[in-house]
Amino acid sequence: MDLDPEDVFKDEEDDPDNEFFQQSESSKEYVVYLVDASPKMFNTTCPGKDQKDEIHFHVSISCIAESLKTQIICRSYDEVAICFFNTREKKNLQDLNGVFVFNVAEREQLDRPTARLIKEFDCIEESFMREIGSQYGIVPGSRENSLYNALWVAQALLRKGSIKTADKRILLFTNEDDPFGSLQGAAKADMTRTTLQRAKDIQDLGISIELLPLIRLDEEFNVSVLYSDLIGLDSEDLAQFIPSAGQKLEDMKDQLRKRMFTKRIIRRITFHIVKGLSIQLNTYALIRPTVPGAITWLDSVTNRPLKIERSLICEDTGSLIQEPPKRFQPYRNENVKFSMDEISEIKRISTGHLRLLGFKPLCCLKDYHNLRPSTFVYPSDQEVVGSSCIFIALHRSMLRLKRFAVAFYGGSSRPQLVALVARDEITTAGGQMEPPGMHMIYLPYSDDIRDAEEIFPDTEDDAPRADKDQIQKAAALIKRIEMKDFSVFQFANPALQRHYAVLQALALEEDDIPETIDETVPDEEGLARPAVVKAIEEFKLSVYGDNYDEENDHLGKEKVGGASRKRKEIAENAAKDYDWADLADNGQLKDLTVAALKTYLNAHDLPVTGKKEALISRILTHMGK
Amino acid sequence: MARNKEKLVLLLDVGPSMHGVLPEVEKVCSMLVEKKLIFNKDDEVGVVVFGTEETNNELMDEVGGYENIVVLQDIKVVDGDLIDILKKLPRGTVDGDFLDAIVVGMDMLIKKYKGIYKGKKRLCLITNAIHPTKDSLEGSKEDQVGTLAVQMTAQGMKMESIVVRGILSQDANKRIMDENDRLLSIFSKKTRSRTVYVDSPISLLGALKTRRVTPVTVFRGHLELSQQMKIKVWVYKKTQEEKFPTLKKYSEKAPSTSKFATHQVMVDYEYKSVDDSSTVVPPEQRIKGYRYGPQVVPISDAERDAVKFKPEKGVKLLGFTDASNIIRHYYMKDVYLFIAEPGNTRAILAVSAIARAMKEMNKVAILRCVWRQGQQNVVVGVLTPNISQNNKIPDSFYFNVLPFIEDVREYQFPSFNSFPASWLPNEQQQMAADEFVQMLNLAPSGKEEALLPEFTPNPVLERFYHHLELKSKQPDAAVPPLDETLKRITEPDLELDFENKSVLDSLCKHFELKENSKLKKSARRLLPEKPSGSNGEDGNGNVSDARAVDSIGQEPVVKIEKIGDLTPVQDFEVMMTRRDNPEWVGKAIREMRDKILSLLTNSHGGDNYLVAVECIIALRKGCILEQEPGPYNNLMRYLYRYCQEKEISTFPKLLASMDVTLISKSEAVDSNFTDDEARRFLDKIKPEPKD
Repeated sequence: MDLDPEDVFKDEEDDPDNEFFQQSESSKEYVVYLVDASPKMFNTTCPGKDQKDEIHFHVSISCIAESLKTQIICRSYDEVAICFFNTREKKNLQDLNGVFVFNVAEREQLDRPTARLIKEFDCIEESFMREIGSQYGIVPGSRENSLYNALWVAQALLRKGSIKTADKRILLFTNEDDPFGSLQGAAKADMTRTTLQRAKDIQDLGISIELLPLIRLDEEFNVSVLYSDLIGLDSEDLAQFIPSAGQKLEDMKDQLRKRMFTKRIIRRITFHIVKGLSIQLNTYALIRPTVPGAITWLDSVTNRPLKIERSLICEDTGSLIQEPPKRFQPYRNENVKFSMDEISEIKRISTGHLRLLGFKPLCCLKDYHNLRPSTFVYPSDQEVVGSSCIFIALHRSMLRLKRFAVAFYGGSSRPQLVALVARDEITTAGGQMEPPGMHMIYLPYSDDIRDAEEIFPDTEDDAPRADKDQIQKAAALIKRIEMKDFSVFQFANPALQRHYAVLQALALEEDDIPETIDETVPDEEGLARPAVVKAIEEFKLSVYGDNYDEENDHLGKEKVGGASRKRKEIAENAAKDYDWADLADNGQLKDLTVAALKTYLNAHDLPVTGKKEALISRILTHMGK
Repeated sequence: MARNKEKLVLLLDVGPSMHGVLPEVEKVCSMLVEKKLIFNKDDEVGVVVFGTEETNNELMDEVGGYENIVVLQDIKVVDGDLIDILKKLPRGTVDGDFLDAIVVGMDMLIKKYKGIYKGKKRLCLITNAIHPTKDSLEGSKEDQVGTLAVQMTAQGMKMESIVVRGILSQDANKRIMDENDRLLSIFSKKTRSRTVYVDSPISLLGALKTRRVTPVTVFRGHLELSQQMKIKVWVYKKTQEEKFPTLKKYSEKAPSTSKFATHQVMVDYEYKSVDDSSTVVPPEQRIKGYRYGPQVVPISDAERDAVKFKPEKGVKLLGFTDASNIIRHYYMKDVYLFIAEPGNTRAILAVSAIARAMKEMNKVAILRCVWRQGQQNVVVGVLTPNISQNNKIPDSFYFNVLPFIEDVREYQFPSFNSFPASWLPNEQQQMAADEFVQMLNLAPSGKEEALLPEFTPNPVLERFYHHLELKSKQPDAAVPPLDETLKRITEPDLELDFENKSVLDSLCKHFELKENSKLKKSARRLLPEKPSGSNGEDGNGNVSDARAVDSIGQEPVVKIEKIGDLTPVQDFEVMMTRRDNPEWVGKAIREMRDKILSLLTNSHGGDNYLVAVECIIALRKGCILEQEPGPYNNLMRYLYRYCQEKEISTFPKLLASMDVTLISKSEAVDSNFTDDEARRFLDKIKPEPKD
């Protein structure tokens, strides 16, 4: 029983790697982080973690850094650019004053995030003053408008790609609610007007501008001075804006590292309902185990990727086999050969589509009728007009009559019976929770179902059954340890989160691995509440009685323990039959049988796996020779 | 291991009332032995048939009685002969007595293994149990069965009874059936026996577990409700896919005459640098790399092991919740079974109490499981109660793995209500659908549930083992067609369709389907999976989706230029309709003719005949359409001579039954035959009955 994630997560139908590379353009996001670097950002603070005050600039930087670290795992095909404004130095294609586009080598200005970008960005604060410098760009008497310039540069960065294929966003971090506060009269009005016009032009291009204001305790960030017009807020949204912006900032930091998948049809299938009535369905993978990602083999010396070459060698003659070999199955003392064509012919028992066989009440679908993650089906009128109509009619009938459909799915890998369970749409304020459609559940065949519960019946007596009181006590216990709003969306996969954390630490050459929390451990505190403890104790008493010692109660365990102890004793005695040191010195270990070698290994609790040479070398190592 | 061997005696009812299902019995029993030959080579099997004219068993010789029971095969290690015996079961002439047969079977097991063998001993009875059993000499039948049951338990035997009933057995005397059922139920109650009733040929094929798998625990230890309360449990797999056997690669390099050749193939992997394919990197110099953005980060196994997530072994309760919170389609994997530690009364009680309370309150439990030390991940899943219906078997739980957040992909789909009204079913359509769903009920009350997964065999595996057996006798045997009984699984039950024709017709009448004219069918079939999910964005499969249509435009329509093996009829039809070159028609007809001839000459036992007839019908249609009767009529006359020479009678019969005549003048003016002559040809090819 191997639960190695690499194996468990395998799925013929939709190979996650394929998906990884086939990710379509349409889901991409282009983001420009626009950070105010004016002196005010460095002078003001807000309370951060551990009650320590953090300067605003630092808050913005760490927020972006966290966001990048999540992004590189979740949506590594997104592209980002980081741009400071109100800087002393300038670096941008337009050569505008007061704007500095931060970038690292081997990367375009707007490009996928790389480890190097994240790493260098992480320590930007140290070198910021020296290399980029902070200088407020909007001063009386000068015609410079750093905010305007910044928007201009951001827009230019986002020129890449079509708005149809990518979401384009500008995220603006600032703590200055009135950038033109130092100006007077016409100059101020003029600058305000041109800046607003620029913002409007950007939005007309389909680029959204989002403001992430950093707020001081003692001073309000007045959105209505400029920014409500700049980002286009209605008066109704105004009141809500500041709290929600604060939340957004928090969210950016605490995003779950979860790889995003674009919606993709796994397969288009034809669903034969009755003779002459076949509709078209699309299948989707809504639930599939997420894997740490594909492994690429590298040469540990050069760190260059390796390619794998497979060759088939005949064991008898040692010659290379070029053509795809036949297969064989030993049977009746001979080898029965099959060609690959024959094997695929055997497996091809139906047309590869879905055929309706009938309907059953939902109660016929037992909890153990399951083998693999289900697949979602949704109708499509793309090829057969009218598919949706029949599908919806059947969907409604099945929901109302509480039936599920049994169908035969003739895929090439494993043709099998499936249950189609209709689900109605569930929507909450947050959006669609459950899509409307049917879920295809793969049913086992008789050979796939085991009857382990039937192997140990007490032949003499009936099996013990709990009495009324015991069931009542159990019911009380269940009430106490209840998870009211449990949903399957509750737990993050701790192994996967840990993997991402390790990957990040190694990629960025960080010293410590970020902490990950295992959310799946039981709520010890909750279980220790007196009422819960009392319910548990009462239940325990009613089923176990007094003085029940869990460890020693049982016979089977002792038997097993006894047996293994006995086995060990035998092994130890057997090991004494040889003078191991002497054999080793004279190089005679190789004359012993593998079984004899294993007695030594067993006696010394060493692994007994491997070939004979491995066993011998293990023994020698153990003896220190 | 010796203790893993199974000693099995098959007790097969071959009386007249069983004749209808004996083909299925033969199939399932030979499949059982075929699998044993591969997976449990050391198992021993004996075969007893009852209901025969003759009598041949030791008990009759020794004590008399026990008539009409023949020991076809004494208990011996499985071999090929056994399959031959099982494939040709005798058809009996008298109504058998299954109790006598059980006694004979037990006697065989006792005599052969008395006291020596402590392993698994099993009797497997297949009967319809509709005929009376003989009265015992002393005491009632119940007493007799009771004594047998005690003896069976004492000898450590198990019995599995498959009772064939329903449409498979004629109307039988109800009183006798009830009595027999009662007698069989005594076995179930008093011994480790299992009785299943089947009423369709499919279930009969699935009822007998043909592969013996020794269950192995996934986990033994505590189910921790809390620190204070723990229950000892064993966890097994409840479902596990029986995979298509992994076949080894065969090397033909060594001469086939060489006795010592293993013919095995070694697979060798070499790792080479992408930049320089001349250098081979030794395996220990490899290192795993994981993708981080555009880069690949090398992480050695040692590094990974040092820092990876290492959960402690254990199964812990997180809490209980309403069953309705867990939606069925979130089950991720094959299913586990939690049973209380066998023999541990208190643990059994605790499991029973919780399972029953959960059932009453409609609750489920959420668990966090780490089955073994060193496992790389935790499993979170849902525990559901399994209340045992059998007094002998303790209550237990089923456990299903649930997804983590990362595993759920939140795709949005448009609500059905947002569809245009023309896409939604109207009232009549909805009624037709309702009627249809109700009519096509596979689990009508009072009848046995059809296509129950427990009783449905895997048709692919059935076909494989059948082919394997055929090939062992004749190495170039063609792949046999799918078993007729099992074809019912892959294609709808025609009887059911026929009975309810009016409902089906009304369904077809109410719903109209149109091929989308903008898409060519041939293009559609060859259209590869598009990864972009293009029509997913608006979800309703809107044809205006520019990219989907574009890509079809770019996709070259693969033109069929040859008649293949898989779909000869379709290929032929496509070729006939090709208009880009007038030569296609002639080519199609020629190819089709060759195809038909090759199908006939390469047919083993007539397995290709059906396909051949289909091809002939297609060819006939095509020739009429093209007004080219010559090639077809010539072929038919050739076939007629061919069949006469080879003394093939089934093929002409088949043609005659399908009314495949020559092409007459009225169908194609160029033909030399009148309607009457064309028809007479049919009579001519109908072979005269030989004897």
